[in-house]
Amino acid sequence: MLCDICGKNQATVHLTEIIDDQMNELHLCEECARQKSAQMESQFGLSDLLAGMAEFGKPDTKEAEAVAAVKCANCGLTFADFKRIGRLGCGECYNSFKRYLVPLLRRIHGSSQHVGKPPVKIAKVLKKRTDLQELRAKLQKAIEIEAFEEAAKIRDQIKEMEKKQNESK
Amino acid sequence: MNLNDLLNHTSEWLKGTGPNSDIVISSRIRLARNLEGFAFSHWANKKQGEEALKIIEEAIPKVNFLKQTTIFELTDLDSIDKQFLVERHLMSLEHAQRPDHKAIAIDNEEIVSIMVNEEDHIRMQVMQSGFNLFEAWNIINEIDDGMSKELPFAFSPDWGYLTACPTNTGTGMRGSVMLHLPALVMARQIDRVLAAIAKLSFATRGLYGEGTQASGNFFQISNQVSLGHSEDEIIASINGVIRQIIEQENQTREALLSKNRAVLEDRINRSLGILKSAHIISSQETIELLSMVRLGVDLGILKDINRAVINELFIITQPAHLQKIENKKLSSQERDVKRAELIRDRLKIL
Repeated sequence: MLCDICGKNQATVHLTEIIDDQMNELHLCEECARQKSAQMESQFGLSDLLAGMAEFGKPDTKEAEAVAAVKCANCGLTFADFKRIGRLGCGECYNSFKRYLVPLLRRIHGSSQHVGKPPVKIAKVLKKRTDLQELRAKLQKAIEIEAFEEAAKIRDQIKEMEKKQNESK
Repeated sequence: MNLNDLLNHTSEWLKGTGPNSDIVISSRIRLARNLEGFAFSHWANKKQGEEALKIIEEAIPKVNFLKQTTIFELTDLDSIDKQFLVERHLMSLEHAQRPDHKAIAIDNEEIVSIMVNEEDHIRMQVMQSGFNLFEAWNIINEIDDGMSKELPFAFSPDWGYLTACPTNTGTGMRGSVMLHLPALVMARQIDRVLAAIAKLSFATRGLYGEGTQASGNFFQISNQVSLGHSEDEIIASINGVIRQIIEQENQTREALLSKNRAVLEDRINRSLGILKSAHIISSQETIELLSMVRLGVDLGILKDINRAVINELFIITQPAHLQKIENKKLSSQERDVKRAELIRDRLKIL
């Protein structure tokens, strides 16, 4: 078989392209395949990873069918949809497909834990949460060393913070 | 602001200033954000798409940095307008297709642009001239803070900003630097450099981002990883890679100058000669010749040409720009004539 692009060399690379639900098979020689893959590296990389998700159930088994049918309750996207289009349907999808997505995120990014900035409003909540955690740890320590006067003060601070948090909810 | 106003205006990132501007054209940071509870743009029905558009359009003018922005709905723009914005690097090719419920916000200086309902609800970008990712980050970080006060973003403390494509999850950040690397291309060293970059999980693209091939010695390098590292760390890692490429390009330029000076001067001056005298010229040939002229300016071989003029020619000789300037549709042959005329005119006064 000759290469679909140059028509000169023997095709040794066989590629299936899916664009807007249209499946297209390409048979390419090594040289043209290299050019083509540089061109579509980003999409290709992701679909490769998505294909790897089949590990969650051997193809054509009941398990694979069950995984494909998992559906996001918020937007209705199924896991099969995600594998087909390579895009999630809404933020809630991340929880709906957590079991399959976390390993995927690890493979793409080498991590599944965000360490960048949060939105301003959430930053305040997160800060309060860590402040509270720190105060509770301090209280524990004060009790351990029997500094009860100090412990009482910290306890009042914690109560005050919790009260504010409940009010703002 | 009217789209035609942009024609008489040099974009901030084309000014040819900023650190390492002999090799680095521009630095860009983009952030992807989505609205909590809403289906992502590609999965949303008509009503949801319209609602997301409305909420975001209302929020933008309330944000500090964005008071001077103009919002264009894509259904109000014709095909030349849309291509014009793509050519100016203000929006993606993907955004120009299927215009429903989509908008683009642009500030007067063309530093900030925000695509609404592209793949994600919000794709904001800040561009700076030269090698200046941290400055771009400082600006976009403030805009993002402002936006996050107005809009509830889809965010998880574990996974960060939740995006339509899992390759953007986390910071939702892509930093990219546009480089002009004629010496590495001429010395046939570029493949080696690009292969090394790919191993470090950075992507190389052409002039117009995703899916485009590098042409005319221009290369756009960007991070692939967006989760597990802070924004500062990601920028620092891109900066590290870019610094090495700049170093290699500089060394190769020096080597070419010392070993092949006559050949180099010949190519550069011939390129300028063709640009100054051609009456029919394609956009591909224009990019190749302008690239050589730019190298001549950067090496001090051509002394009387301003880098900003060359930078601008790269942009305004593109198809939609020529048609905007002429204010009518032009066939490909007509464009080649007008392009040559425009280039002769701009280079004459030098």
